[in-house]
Amino acid sequence: MHIAEGFLPPAHAIAWGVASAPFVVHGVRSLTREVREHPESTLLLGASGAFTFVLSALKLPSVTGSCSHPTGTGLGAILFRPPIMAVLGTITLLFQALLLAHGGLTTLGANVFSMAIVGPWVGYAVYKLLRRYDVPLMVAVFFGAFFADLSTYCVTSVQLALAFPDPSSGFLGALGKFGSIFAVTQLPLAVSEGLLTVLVMRLLVQSSKGELTRLGVLVAGKRDTTTEAVAR
Amino acid sequence: MSRNTKINLLLLALVAALAVLPLALGLGDHKKEPFTGADAEAESAITEIEPDYEPWFSPLYEPPSGEIESALFSLQAALGAGVLAYYFGLRRGRRQGEARALARRETAKTPAESGADEV
Repeated sequence: MHIAEGFLPPAHAIAWGVASAPFVVHGVRSLTREVREHPESTLLLGASGAFTFVLSALKLPSVTGSCSHPTGTGLGAILFRPPIMAVLGTITLLFQALLLAHGGLTTLGANVFSMAIVGPWVGYAVYKLLRRYDVPLMVAVFFGAFFADLSTYCVTSVQLALAFPDPSSGFLGALGKFGSIFAVTQLPLAVSEGLLTVLVMRLLVQSSKGELTRLGVLVAGKRDTTTEAVAR
Repeated sequence: MSRNTKINLLLLALVAALAVLPLALGLGDHKKEPFTGADAEAESAITEIEPDYEPWFSPLYEPPSGEIESALFSLQAALGAGVLAYYFGLRRGRRQGEARALARRETAKTPAESGADEV
């Protein structure tokens, strides 16, 4: 989903930067508040950021015969809510833009918008919706991570189609083209990301019950939820 | 092996299968260059749609070779994996420490007392 350096026309690059900036600023505020009020969550915050680091470095082959990578943003969004993930995702994207020439500074706004803003929000919304209907925790986590991943790549396709509409078939034609490159490739990877996020969440349920209860992922006093989640 | 561990290993096996199957089934064979990055494919799609488009900015730093690039990618993954492993190791150690401290407190009491105190 990394739009390469210089590959968005200046007007688009600036517009996406302007659109992303308030989310990141708000995220930085939420992050500092979280760390100040709950210093003990720093470790788990680090682990959530680390998960994004690992997953976005994993380039995996897909059914389309090309390679792409997961985003790892669903986990942090579910644990700490999306604003904080906007910061952690931006850090990851900056690392890749500066050291790996992967993505770029001029396209940072657009990439942040897809991976660090829309992805986490969509994943969080799906997770919350499923939880409201009493869907088991791990099923909700799977679909949250799945849609966080997939929606990121859909946004990238839209961003590119807006910047480069097809001369004959227009925006929709270009969307089909970029969508077939990104979204289809991403389907099995989104499944992988869902499975890996479930794995990490299972380990967290085992190791950090208190923390998860405070964050509202596990419900205090409702023993069956936790034991059920561990058993599954 | 506990049921928990089995499920965790099954999850990992599924992820590995999803990654290996496209390679094993040769799903990239129809391409001139199989299994290139989707990002690069998007770049060529852009030049297809707008042949005159020139990137107007280039990266400040570009890894001089594919080897250096893959080294930096591994560094990224290693950093992340290291922090994750630290987190889970620390948690496990703390839990074990707490359990041990609890057990020590139990044995420090007289046997009759500790029996009565146990919930």
